[in-house]
Amino acid sequence: MKTGQKIEVGFFRTIMFISTCIIAIALITIIISILVNGLPALSWEMISQTPKGGFYFGKEGGILNAIIGSLYLSVGASALAFIIGLPVALFMNIHLIKYKKLVNTIRFFLDLLWGIPSIVYGAFGFSIMIYFGFRTSLLAGTITVTLFIIPIMIRSIDEVLKTIPRGLLESSFSLGSTKSETAYRVYVKQCIPGIVTAVLLSFGRAIGDAASVLFTTGYTDYIPTSLSQPTATLPLAIFFQLSSPIPEVKNRAYAAALILTIIILIISLLARFFSAKYRKNKIS
Amino acid sequence: MRFFVVKRHIRNRLHTNWMRICIILVISLPFLIGIGLLIKSSFLLKDYSIIDLIFSKEWKPLSGKYGFSPFIISSLWVTALALIISAPICLLSSIHLTQYADRYVLRIIHPVIDILAGIPSVVYGVWGILVIVPLISRYIGPFFGKEISGYSIIAGAIVLSVMIIPFILNILIEVFKTIPHELTEASLSLGASKWQTTKFVLVRKAFPGIVSAFGLGLSRAFGETMAVLMVVGNVAKIPEGIFQPGYPLPALIANNYGEMLSIPLYDSALMLAALVLFVVVLFFNLVSRLAIISLEKNK
Repeated sequence: MKTGQKIEVGFFRTIMFISTCIIAIALITIIISILVNGLPALSWEMISQTPKGGFYFGKEGGILNAIIGSLYLSVGASALAFIIGLPVALFMNIHLIKYKKLVNTIRFFLDLLWGIPSIVYGAFGFSIMIYFGFRTSLLAGTITVTLFIIPIMIRSIDEVLKTIPRGLLESSFSLGSTKSETAYRVYVKQCIPGIVTAVLLSFGRAIGDAASVLFTTGYTDYIPTSLSQPTATLPLAIFFQLSSPIPEVKNRAYAAALILTIIILIISLLARFFSAKYRKNKIS
Repeated sequence: MRFFVVKRHIRNRLHTNWMRICIILVISLPFLIGIGLLIKSSFLLKDYSIIDLIFSKEWKPLSGKYGFSPFIISSLWVTALALIISAPICLLSSIHLTQYADRYVLRIIHPVIDILAGIPSVVYGVWGILVIVPLISRYIGPFFGKEISGYSIIAGAIVLSVMIIPFILNILIEVFKTIPHELTEASLSLGASKWQTTKFVLVRKAFPGIVSAFGLGLSRAFGETMAVLMVVGNVAKIPEGIFQPGYPLPALIANNYGEMLSIPLYDSALMLAALVLFVVVLFFNLVSRLAIISLEKNK
C-alpha cells in the first residue's frame, strides 16, 4: 500500500473511532450532569409528599403529585393503546397475511404516523378537547398520549409477530382453530416477551413526553382522584420548576429530572431483559 | 357440542370485527389530524393569504399581525445546524460499527444508543441548560469574541443533534446491513483494500439510504419541541447569526397555549403553525421512506 493511502485509512479509522466515542461521551455527560445536580436535592420528602404551601418559593413539599400523575397517565395510555394496538398488529399478521402489498402499505402509514411530532398530537388533542367541551383533564391527556403511542405500539408488536414462521399459522389452522384463536392463543403466547418489550417501549415514550400533555392535562398540586381532574406530570414539573428564578426550586427540577431518568433507565433495562428472553423463545 | 362450535365462531367474529374497527381507526388518524388542524386554521386563512403569513416578519397577535417568517427561519436554522453536526458523526460511527468495530465495542455501544433514544426530551433540555448553554456563553462565545447568554440557535442545534443521533444511527446501521455481502466480497477479491471497498462500494451503494436516513432525522429534528424550547432563547425576531436567540415553530405553539384561548385568531394561528409542522414532517418522512423502500427492493 502507498503511504498516502495508509495515512488516509489511518485518518478515517481514527475519526470514525472518535465519532463513536463522541456518542458515548454525550450519554455520559448527560447522566453525570443530571446526577451531580440532581442528587443533592433528592430526598425522601421529594418523592413522598405533594407540594405544600410555599413549595414554589423553595419551602417544603415534594413532587409526588407529578410522579403519581405521570404513572396514571402512562399506564392508562399504554393500556388503551394496547387494547387498540394488539388487535391491529394481529390482524395485519394473520388475517391479511395473503395481502402483502396491503400490509406493507399499512406499515408505511404507521411509520408516517410515528414520525408526526408530539406537539402536533398535543395541538390536535387540544382542539378536540375544546370541540367536545372538555376541560384540561387526566382523560383528555390519556387520550392524546394514546393517539401518540399507538403507532409505536403497533409497529413494535408487528416487528415481533413478523418473525413467526408461516408454518405455525398453517398448523394452527389445520387443527381447526379459528383465526382469532390462532391470534390470541398461539401468536400472543409465542411472542409474550416481545409484546412486553413493545408495551414497555411505548410506556417509556408516554411517561417521557411533555409536548403532547402540555395542552391537555393541565397542572395541579393534588393527586387526581377522578378522570375529569387536571393532572401534574413529571416532564412538566421539571419544565415549570426550571423556569423559576429561585435556586432551591431549580435544584428540585434537577432532582425531578433524575427521578425521570431513573424511571426511563429501569424501563429500558426491563425491555432489554425481555427482548433477550424473546430470542430464546424464538423458533426458527 | 354444536353449541360450543357456534360460540367459538361468534367469538371469532367479534374479535375480527374489533380488529377491523381498530385498524380503520388507526388508518384514519392522520387524515383526522390533518382535517382537524385545517378546519381550525381556516379562520385565519380566510382573512390572510398563506403567502403573506409565511413571508411577513411581524408577529404581533394583539394588533392582528401574524408573520410566521421568524419562526420558520429559526426552525430551519436549528434543524439544518443539528443535521450538519450529527450527520458526519452518525455516518462515520455507523461505518465503524458495521465494518470495523470489535465485538466488545458493539456490546457497549448498543445499550448506549438504546438509552440515548429513550431519554425524554425534557431531560435533554435540562442537560442543555446545565452543560451546553454555559459551555457556549463561557467558552465558545468569547472564542468568537461575543458576549452572549448562551441561549441561542447553536445551543438548540447541539442539543437537537445529540437527540437525533440514535435515530439516524439505527437507520444507517439497518441500511448498511441491506447491502449484499457479495458486492463487498467481489470488491475485496479484486484486490481493493477494506477501506477502498467501504468508500467506493459500500457508501456509494448505500447512498440513497444514507440520504433518506438524514431526511428522517431532519423531520424528527423539525418537530422536536421541549428540549429546543428550553435552550433556544425564544425571541420572536429573525435571527441574524447562530449565536442569536431563535424561536422555532414548535416552541411557538408550546409557549402560547395558555393565552391562545382569549383571541380566536391567535388560536387559529397556532393551529396553522401545527399544520405547517405536520405537512413538512409528513413530506420529509414520505420521501425518505419511499427512498428506503426502493433501496430494499433493489437488494
